[in-house]
Amino acid sequence: MLCQECGKRPATVHLTQIINGQKRELHLCEQCARARGELGIIGEPFTIPTLLSSIITDGGHTFPGAGQAAGLKCDRCGLTYAEFARTGMLGCRHCYQAFEDQLESVLRRLHGTTVHGGKVPSRTGEEARLKREINRLQEELAQVVIREEYEKAAQIRDRIRDLEKKLR
Amino acid sequence: MNLEEILYNSYSSWMDPSGPDSDVVLSSRVRLARNLEDVAFPSRMGDEGAQRVLRMVERAVEDLERDPQLGPVGMFRLDQLGNLDRQVLVEKHLISPNHAQQPRGRAVILRQDESLCIMVNEEDHLRIQSLTPGMQLDEAWRTAQAADDVLEGRLNYAFCQRRGYLTTCPTNVGTGLRGSVMVHLPGLTMVGQARQVFSALGKLGLAVRGLYGEGSEAHGNIFQISNQTSLGPSEEEILRNLKAVSAQVIAHERNARRALLSQTRLQLEDRVWRAYGILSHARVISSEEAIRLWSDVRLGVDLGIITDGISTEALNELLVATRPGFIQKVVGRELEPAGRDAERAALIRHRLRR
Repeated sequence: MLCQECGKRPATVHLTQIINGQKRELHLCEQCARARGELGIIGEPFTIPTLLSSIITDGGHTFPGAGQAAGLKCDRCGLTYAEFARTGMLGCRHCYQAFEDQLESVLRRLHGTTVHGGKVPSRTGEEARLKREINRLQEELAQVVIREEYEKAAQIRDRIRDLEKKLR
Repeated sequence: MNLEEILYNSYSSWMDPSGPDSDVVLSSRVRLARNLEDVAFPSRMGDEGAQRVLRMVERAVEDLERDPQLGPVGMFRLDQLGNLDRQVLVEKHLISPNHAQQPRGRAVILRQDESLCIMVNEEDHLRIQSLTPGMQLDEAWRTAQAADDVLEGRLNYAFCQRRGYLTTCPTNVGTGLRGSVMVHLPGLTMVGQARQVFSALGKLGLAVRGLYGEGSEAHGNIFQISNQTSLGPSEEEILRNLKAVSAQVIAHERNARRALLSQTRLQLEDRVWRAYGILSHARVISSEEAIRLWSDVRLGVDLGIITDGISTEALNELLVATRPGFIQKVVGRELEPAGRDAERAALIRHRLRR
């Protein structure tokens, strides 16, 4: 197939546009596509950091708060949010706290969720395990209260108290 | 633990053809990303940080060494290995291309049978990987998890209750887990359905890549299917999802092969035997041509078109044996592409001799 624009070179760029519900297909060669500005991404390598960076910056449209966020900085490793947005890489574990609010939305876009539900380190993860068990029991407690099983609720409440004591 | 033995041997334990679903699945891999609490992530740790990580990990590796199930292992600093040696490690899927290209301050920990391999100071301080033959994600997870537990016995990981294991790239945070299944899909490619299947996988949160990971092309109809998200569900749930979807892909591939056999048997046989003819007689062959023909021959063996003389094991071994780094390692010197192509043809002829 030849390019619809110049009619000379083979069409290597195939675009489907939907404008006001009308579907339109375009078959262009690279030069013409570039000239028409249809090739925003060609020329830039299609890599995970560039993909990620577009998620972090919302495809070039800054999301609420991004203006202020760009100036944020991790005081441990010195990484700025702007650098993170460019490379997609965090500098140290403290960055997760320094950029916590921004990461909340980044993680939601990437993973669909923001809270870990998997393995906990066996030696140092006791606290995380306890907290997770307390959360689980609190959900269970809410359920039995709805069902008006008060005796069971009392038992669960006592278990939660025991675990909370261990946490301290 | 002998590194030279690994570098000169094109066979790795994941090539064992007795693994489940080995007509479609070459290998299964589980990778865990971990970072140490006290050092900045590799992108910002500097030389001094890198040396600190290496020293701490060296001590923890002594525990791996003593573990009856996991040991013996060896730890090797990448800047002490030659270019070619590092390239062979990439070709054997033991380290990433990125790890090989920037050897300074980096290391690899290997078990002799190559089923366990840990990259030190790649994108994260630790990338614990386990590789198994055929469809055995659970087995790979057990090994990686056991190594993780042993290392954690001595190392303090960067972990937070809310976000889980903290990683350099937020795409890996949470479990730090990536499961991947390496599949050979000549049937789906021939019937023109591969792209359709892959776009469906994308909608299910899974990614499809070529043989050598991110950004690589799918040579020889070999693809890697892996999970894209690592945060939220448990490791077991992530792997269960990956297994369920892979099972569908395997079923589609087998259907495609059956359809090809029943509708175009003669053409398929012709294609397989031509590929075998060239592979077993060529005098000069590029790695691209070799892997393309490899795919046809492997399909022929799996479908019973080629019934005698070629073992699946030997074919799997060719995946590594025909790579440029390995050929030069065996010949014992660096070769121009033309020289490699001749050596490659000779090596394949020798190995396919019936």
